[in-house]
Amino acid sequence: MTKEELKESLLNVYPEAVVEEGGEWLTLQIEAASLLNFARDLQNKAEWDFNYLFCQTCVDWKTHFTVVYFLRSLTHRHSLVVKVKIDRNNPEIESVQHLWKTAELNEREIFDLFGVKFNHHPDLRRILLTDDWNGYPLRKDYEDPVNIIKL
Amino acid sequence: MLEEIGTTEQGDLVINVGPQHPATHGVLHLVITLNGETIRKVDPHLGYIHRSIEKMCESLTYRQFIYVTSRMDYLSSHINNHACAMVVEKGLQIEVPARAQVIRVIMDELTRIASHQLWWGAMAMDVGAITPFFHAFREREMINDIMEETCGARLTMNYMVPGGVMADLHPDFQRKVKEFIAEFRSKFDEYDELVTGNIIFQERMKNVGVISKEDAISYGCSGPVARASGVSCDVRKWSPYECYSRVKFDEILYSAGDSYARYLVRMDEMRQSLSIIEQLIDSIPEGDFQAKTKAVLKLPKGEFYSMVETARGELGVYVVSEGGTTPYRIKFRSPGFSNLSALNHMSVGGKIGDLVATMGTLDLVIPDIDR
Repeated sequence: MTKEELKESLLNVYPEAVVEEGGEWLTLQIEAASLLNFARDLQNKAEWDFNYLFCQTCVDWKTHFTVVYFLRSLTHRHSLVVKVKIDRNNPEIESVQHLWKTAELNEREIFDLFGVKFNHHPDLRRILLTDDWNGYPLRKDYEDPVNIIKL
Repeated sequence: MLEEIGTTEQGDLVINVGPQHPATHGVLHLVITLNGETIRKVDPHLGYIHRSIEKMCESLTYRQFIYVTSRMDYLSSHINNHACAMVVEKGLQIEVPARAQVIRVIMDELTRIASHQLWWGAMAMDVGAITPFFHAFREREMINDIMEETCGARLTMNYMVPGGVMADLHPDFQRKVKEFIAEFRSKFDEYDELVTGNIIFQERMKNVGVISKEDAISYGCSGPVARASGVSCDVRKWSPYECYSRVKFDEILYSAGDSYARYLVRMDEMRQSLSIIEQLIDSIPEGDFQAKTKAVLKLPKGEFYSMVETARGELGVYVVSEGGTTPYRIKFRSPGFSNLSALNHMSVGGKIGDLVATMGTLDLVIPDIDR
């Protein structure tokens, strides 16, 4: 599907999704509560068939976090970016690792570097940093006078 | 972590492989649960070479951050730089001159061959054959010399800059590349005779570390690992950049999904890379090697994503810009990280001795995984 066709077909089923303009791929913002149903549909409906989660990350906007999912369908060759806003003080979101297994390590990385808690993740622990590390380095307010040298 | 060594309640043995182990090619630490010789679980412990490149990049300008990325997948440093240069070009809508495009693609393919050569030698050594290592390095040396003449470096080249490449080609470049192609083609039969057709080698690789097409997709595998399971995912084919749409090459696909298929994909890819270089080397267009760009680059507010095919798979660079001279947030989707996530699935049920063959054909570069 082209970007426009995909937009139409997705908005038909999920009219509450907010389209973000300007990106290379169709970008949709959805509510954290509807993430799981939305993700399941994206993967299961034959006309979308987003079987490949090629990138998953998080952005700290100082007021909130945005978890970003980059999805691609290897059958139809279309791509989609899904963004979910979550609370910065109590960052929690449903895990999608049962849908795309690559999310298991990616979610651990986001947990490690941003402190986002993924509910129903089977093994959520730090992956790159040591278990006793203090704080979450990729947050914008992270201070580390020892390891970060400011010029 | 070390206290995890011991015996579990079920009588399984828990051992460490790495962080310093010859077969992990770097500081990868695997905690392996064994029942006899059979693997029950492989748990990778990462981060021994984590430098938080993503955080570092947040305080580097759009010209500076490219150089740090040579230190991720150091065997594909040209291609990493390429992805970063492309994301800046996308943001600023810089048109790359035709000459620079061709130079970039030739350099990328030379890098791919050099990376695969090193993998070939190291992987054969992992499974017990020392000689291939010397053969591979003999030919790889020629590429390193070519790189050194033009880029001034042999490993972390830092040759790609936003708008093109940093310097023009060395006058000897075309001659030496052609010499290399002739030499390497004549050596390929030796490679095949020495390793590919070797029955002992085949016995060790076939039906080892099998992953199905569906699982390869679900685990986010890319590059030769995914293509060995029949997943068509070559970025050069599906989302061509620079002049890849103009050159003829095949996407190598196998369906077995085992270590031997992954081995064959890389061997065939080297031949394809040679063919790509051959098509371009005599027709490098004249003109500028770099577009004119401003001294200080400022990406407009927005989000940009570029992806390239490195020797290990799909590398993505996601840049969030707030309009300043440095990125607000940058994320590198590294191919090694996703490929590693499938390691547990591939090795469970297999023998500990086969783990080395599986790991060898995943072609892991640890700084690329840890970033």
